[in-house]
Amino acid sequence: MPPSPPTTTAPGGASGAPDAASGTAGAVASAAGSRADRPQATVVSDLSTLYQGVRSRFPVDSITPVSGDTAGLDQPTWIVEREVLADLARELRDNRETRFDLLMDVAGVDFPDRPERFEAVYHLYSVPRNARLRLKVAVAESDPVLPSLVPVWNAANWAEREVFDMFGLRFTGHPNLSRLLCHEGFQGHALRKDYDSARRWILTEDKIYKPHFDLPAGFLAGQGGQVQTASSTHRGSAAPETPAAPASIDDDLFERMTINIGPSHPAMHGTFRLMAVLDGETIVASDMEIGYLHRCFEKMCETHTWQQVIPYTDRLNYCSSFINNVAYCRTVERLLGIEAPPRAVWARTILSEFSRIMDHCVCNGTTLVDAGGLTNFWYMFQPREEIYGLLESCCGARLTVSYCRIGGLSQELPPDFMARCRRLLEIIPPFVADVEKLCDHNRIWLDRAVGVAAISGAEAVNWGWTGPCLRASGVPFDVRRAQPYDLYDTVEWDVPVLYGGDVYDRYRIRNLEIRQSLRIIRQLLDRGMPEGGFIVDDPHVALPPKEKAYNEMEAMIYHFKLIMDGIQVPEGELYLPTEGANGELGFYILSDGTAKPYRIKVRPPCLPMMSTFSKLIRGGSVSDAVISLGGLNVVAGELER
Amino acid sequence: MSTPAATQASPAPQAIPASEPPPAPYPTTTRPYRQSMAERLYLPLVGGLLVTLRHFLRNLFHPGRMLTIEYPEERRNYSHRFRGHHILTTRPDGSVRCVACYLCAQACPAECIHIEAAEHPDVNIEKYPVVYEIDMLRCVFCGYCVDACPEEAIIMSNNYDMAYFNRDQTIVGKADLMKPYTFDEGQLGYRPRYPEEEAERAKMRREAFSLVEAARRARI
Repeated sequence: MPPSPPTTTAPGGASGAPDAASGTAGAVASAAGSRADRPQATVVSDLSTLYQGVRSRFPVDSITPVSGDTAGLDQPTWIVEREVLADLARELRDNRETRFDLLMDVAGVDFPDRPERFEAVYHLYSVPRNARLRLKVAVAESDPVLPSLVPVWNAANWAEREVFDMFGLRFTGHPNLSRLLCHEGFQGHALRKDYDSARRWILTEDKIYKPHFDLPAGFLAGQGGQVQTASSTHRGSAAPETPAAPASIDDDLFERMTINIGPSHPAMHGTFRLMAVLDGETIVASDMEIGYLHRCFEKMCETHTWQQVIPYTDRLNYCSSFINNVAYCRTVERLLGIEAPPRAVWARTILSEFSRIMDHCVCNGTTLVDAGGLTNFWYMFQPREEIYGLLESCCGARLTVSYCRIGGLSQELPPDFMARCRRLLEIIPPFVADVEKLCDHNRIWLDRAVGVAAISGAEAVNWGWTGPCLRASGVPFDVRRAQPYDLYDTVEWDVPVLYGGDVYDRYRIRNLEIRQSLRIIRQLLDRGMPEGGFIVDDPHVALPPKEKAYNEMEAMIYHFKLIMDGIQVPEGELYLPTEGANGELGFYILSDGTAKPYRIKVRPPCLPMMSTFSKLIRGGSVSDAVISLGGLNVVAGELER
Repeated sequence: MSTPAATQASPAPQAIPASEPPPAPYPTTTRPYRQSMAERLYLPLVGGLLVTLRHFLRNLFHPGRMLTIEYPEERRNYSHRFRGHHILTTRPDGSVRCVACYLCAQACPAECIHIEAAEHPDVNIEKYPVVYEIDMLRCVFCGYCVDACPEEAIIMSNNYDMAYFNRDQTIVGKADLMKPYTFDEGQLGYRPRYPEEEAERAKMRREAFSLVEAARRARI
């Protein structure tokens, strides 16, 4: 069945159906032409009448759209009664016109002064409509119960678990409502405003996470216990035979073996714990425990100033920390109503693309190492090493760059910036070409990767996937194209799309994206460095130049005031998406008008992918699970925050 | 198409007539890569072997072009912006330049700077730090203290060798922060200004360090 080409998100995205028969499946989206050819890529606003249509199906006072200036600068917001939430969610997803099929994130917020103390904030996105919507549901502390949206979006599974963990909101109908990031023995809910963060708990082994294997119905009871492996999780044509049904539960326990991989296992990237039920060598069920690298990022943000959060964002996806800086600073700048100067935006775009290349290099390199191809790892890490040199010459650090500031960059670009970038454009492509030559048509790698952990586009969207992994499943959604920011709408580049949805296509799409990133960088370098400063000239946001701070009284006062008091961000809320290296990286920020954030919620792109992991590896072998994890590019720093 | 979980677990909404789920605009199946005959016969492996052979020969005959650094005999050349071990700069007479204004401690996201201030004997200088400690295990080397300092009293070096025998040593005091690298320009790292950028800075630096002077200028 050929995939119907998507019409709205990526112009020219999937114009040519891939030629699967010849073995060259996958179409790099054809050139999108000039800017004028593209549809307007802003958030669609003419959905308002349609929203009326959806609303009219529900009781009048159950949905209140927030209007006026308080509505946020970003997307329409509805305040929804919890009684209608489940039906409304289903309607929004299934309505032919709205089609909010991607649940981006669920965020909890605590307002201790309000009668309905807690708020659950759902961020929805419609891929076909390129529209966003925020739903807010308020619940009281005495009855913190909400309907679970897992039946509508599978992406809600882990997102709701996280809200339960951090705020204690309970979701009725959730299949496995247990703590996600904190230890099972942890008491209280850490992101509540009245939680005493100095409090310490002794966490013992008597309360541990109990794995939730989503076994097929009747599996353990031996009633027709067929291993229900979805056809998509089989590797190609060589589907393993389904094991015979166990005669009794005793037989079943005798036959199956539950093994534990990780958390301190190199194949689990050092921080994940996988519990797998094996039948022979086939994984029939599994569950993932995460949280070993949880370090209260969001809680710490609430006790630091807006500017001080930037070094913390470095540690989210540490393979491409610069993109995190950009995503955060962009969000705060939008709420402040300022814009970074052209030179800063130009440099941000270039360095973001270099970071993306670096991230893809790490991902492909380590995936191939997991499959036994160590040579590729060295080839992929050489360009990365050089990019680190560029970043270090800009800001003084290789990994944790902290180069962005709210309003621009921390310092001027180095004098040899252009020359270094040009050199990188020279040296990156040969290494990528070498890896492609080694792997793309190498049967050893093909046998390992093709058809492994495959997921179709429709399922991936329902599970909340974004980024390269989603594009490898045939959905050409890229934030840089759908809602362009920085300079992405002024350069020509394509959104690569592949249709395998497996480890092999996830590997290949990253190589294709490296090429597109290089294309973007080359055009921007040809344009030349824009004139002007590297940070806004606003003493309420940016520190004055050091010369002024040393010599002028006024500048010195501003310098002191800005550091002692911090940036005063006006009251409001905002969710701004950025295309991170492995998907949509969104910062949902809430300001109460003071120097410290009221709430910051990160939408980590790899959390939805990780929540799908158990489903992906079912029916495969343990070695398949290992390369599946590598191919998803799950970064613990961002997953667990 | 909805996922199996969605169809199994969800009760249909009762009161509200649900609209027909539209056909998915995305592929509902996957189309994995199909191997060609050449790939089945492992033929492309020859090309791969040539790649590794080329790298081998190049590294054999041009070892200088390898990116490997034989640490610790050989060290990477970092830029003049590298954020390494901190330095407390001194005045020409050797006393610490810091005036204990606490801006660095305030700006620090890791809260790793501890200062205790005291009156300075010189009336032109209000305060000086009796204790100035940085906890190197907490420090994240973000450079915010350097940005915050109004006196250019704290800068960073390009020293990244920080190994200690016990945790007490990791809290580095004034003596250790003032001791190293002060006179070797080549070992300086992140600081407000760099030698390659401007020449007239020495003059400004001399002028800038009297708060009293600055206040007097501002009043005029």
